[in-house]
Amino acid sequence: MNSIGYKQSWFGNIKGDILSGLVVALALIPEAIAFSIIAGVDPMVGLYASFTIAVTIAFVGGRPGMISAATGAMALLFIDLVAGYGLQYLLAATILTGILQILFGIFKLARYMKFIPRSVMVGFVNALAILIFTSQLQHFVGETWIMYLLVMITLLIIYLFPYISKAIPSTLVAIVFVTALAIFMNINVRAVGDIGTISQTLPLFLIPDIPLTFETLTIIFPYSLALAIVGLLESLLTATIVDDSTDTPSDKNVESRGQGISNIVTGFFGGMAGCAMIGQSVINVKSGGSGRLSSLVAGVFLMFLIVVLGDIVVQIPMAALAGVMIMVAISTFDWNSIRTLHLVPKSDSTVMVVTVLTVIFTHNLAIGVFAGILLSSIFFVSKISQVEVESSMKGNKRFYKIRGELFFASVTEVLTKFDYDEDVKDVEINLRRSHIWDDSAVVAVEKIVSKFEENGKNVEVTGMNEDSNELVGKLANKLGSH
Amino acid sequence: MYNKILLATDGSEHSKRAAENAIHIAKCTEGSKLEIVYVIAADKAKSDVLSNWNSIDVNDSRKERIKVAENMAKESGVSFNIKILHGEPGPTIVEYANKNNFDVVVIGSRGLNGLQEFVLGSVSHKVAKRANCPVLIVK
Repeated sequence: MNSIGYKQSWFGNIKGDILSGLVVALALIPEAIAFSIIAGVDPMVGLYASFTIAVTIAFVGGRPGMISAATGAMALLFIDLVAGYGLQYLLAATILTGILQILFGIFKLARYMKFIPRSVMVGFVNALAILIFTSQLQHFVGETWIMYLLVMITLLIIYLFPYISKAIPSTLVAIVFVTALAIFMNINVRAVGDIGTISQTLPLFLIPDIPLTFETLTIIFPYSLALAIVGLLESLLTATIVDDSTDTPSDKNVESRGQGISNIVTGFFGGMAGCAMIGQSVINVKSGGSGRLSSLVAGVFLMFLIVVLGDIVVQIPMAALAGVMIMVAISTFDWNSIRTLHLVPKSDSTVMVVTVLTVIFTHNLAIGVFAGILLSSIFFVSKISQVEVESSMKGNKRFYKIRGELFFASVTEVLTKFDYDEDVKDVEINLRRSHIWDDSAVVAVEKIVSKFEENGKNVEVTGMNEDSNELVGKLANKLGSH
Repeated sequence: MYNKILLATDGSEHSKRAAENAIHIAKCTEGSKLEIVYVIAADKAKSDVLSNWNSIDVNDSRKERIKVAENMAKESGVSFNIKILHGEPGPTIVEYANKNNFDVVVIGSRGLNGLQEFVLGSVSHKVAKRANCPVLIVK
């Protein structure tokens, strides 16, 4: 892996970046509209977000070649906020999300991403896929067979067109074909225009129209916190994927800060919070993009298309967008995790499934991730808290050998494994194969010793390692008063 | 007669047998050189990254996959080197083989993902069709 300079990250791959940027812009439009509809806002909110985020991140991101825009993961988080308080609160929440993400970047929290277990990450993408899929079901309620047929046609084109050509994104071909079909055959199905309006204007700088009070903060803060976490999670996952498929490194802390700056800019220009997109970034890399220019071109071309073609965009049938979203859900899901479900340890599978179920019940990816982290920590603690006590006689002396980690979760059981009333004079407790980790363990050892001493035995603790000794030295007799 | 031998590998059973054959061919010609090629596809990056999330380096599992062929080549004593390429496996292998004027390409008949290969038409097929040199597809 070679590190590249900032200038090089802009102009190192001009031709490839321009071409891939155009492809990505085309693929972004249907998704930006569909994610807006999921969130319950006008399509323009998602389109403006995709424009401003893609352009801003081109300058301030830490992972050249990665595409960020309006995303499903984020849209799913603020459905309630929009329904309860309206667009202006969403814009304010978006700006606050950006501020939180910049703080993440400043405090270099990206490295703690490694604390998120693999099974939680898998659960995260699977839950995201399921939510994107279920968010489309509402479009099928009370619809005619024609709508179902259009969805089928969309999906068939998406999956089969790549056999004819891979130069044009098949989602775009599907959208254009199905829209043309609906217009020329005069099919009466619901279109984007029936749900929201497309304005053929550039975004304007606006300060969200909300009361600047503490109450407003208490409303938007929980949403912003969840958005900041989920946005960074998906962005850093995507950055790793791009690192991997281009074999170049990236600065995850700069990326965290860049995501924050983009969201602040977006909030002020009437866009909704977004983050990096796995699918679009893969499209970008596959189309030959690898530099900052690709993201800039994608954003600018997307806005250009909307300004020029806005009249046609409103005529895109919802069926076509639903088809695209079903494809997004299918490709987001980690099918590998189903194939290997019976191979990975049971505790890992449980964590993955619990993460998914928590998200489905709470509709909140952030809560799912926390539930997953919590559960896997509990599994880890219970696995590591198995302590064995071997008991043997050495002449007239009772010899106990402790094997395992002594800490808050393991000491209670250890206490019960000694025979305090046995008829011997001397007892030796050997800790050579053990480690004392915390104050609970120190107290526990003291308790064992004092229990034997109460029964009139001579106790000797042997074989303590250096770290344990130091901790005991620090804490002994200072904690034993209870 | 085969001086430059390209072995395409993905760590699967078939590619293991392909490696055996490639080494055999290399041994037949004095001074021949074996090049072991592994292709990283952008499509696969997501599942690769996810399945190696907590390991220090995704490349570990890749090295593992190449290792099979690498060890076989080492043991046999033929001269070889390893090349990692990026892109879609089929076209990438073809391009690399044609550009560098290989004398023969050795490849397993099926890769890691049986079903997908069946549906999409396999990598080995594409290589056989488009490479400018003889291609040995090993069953």
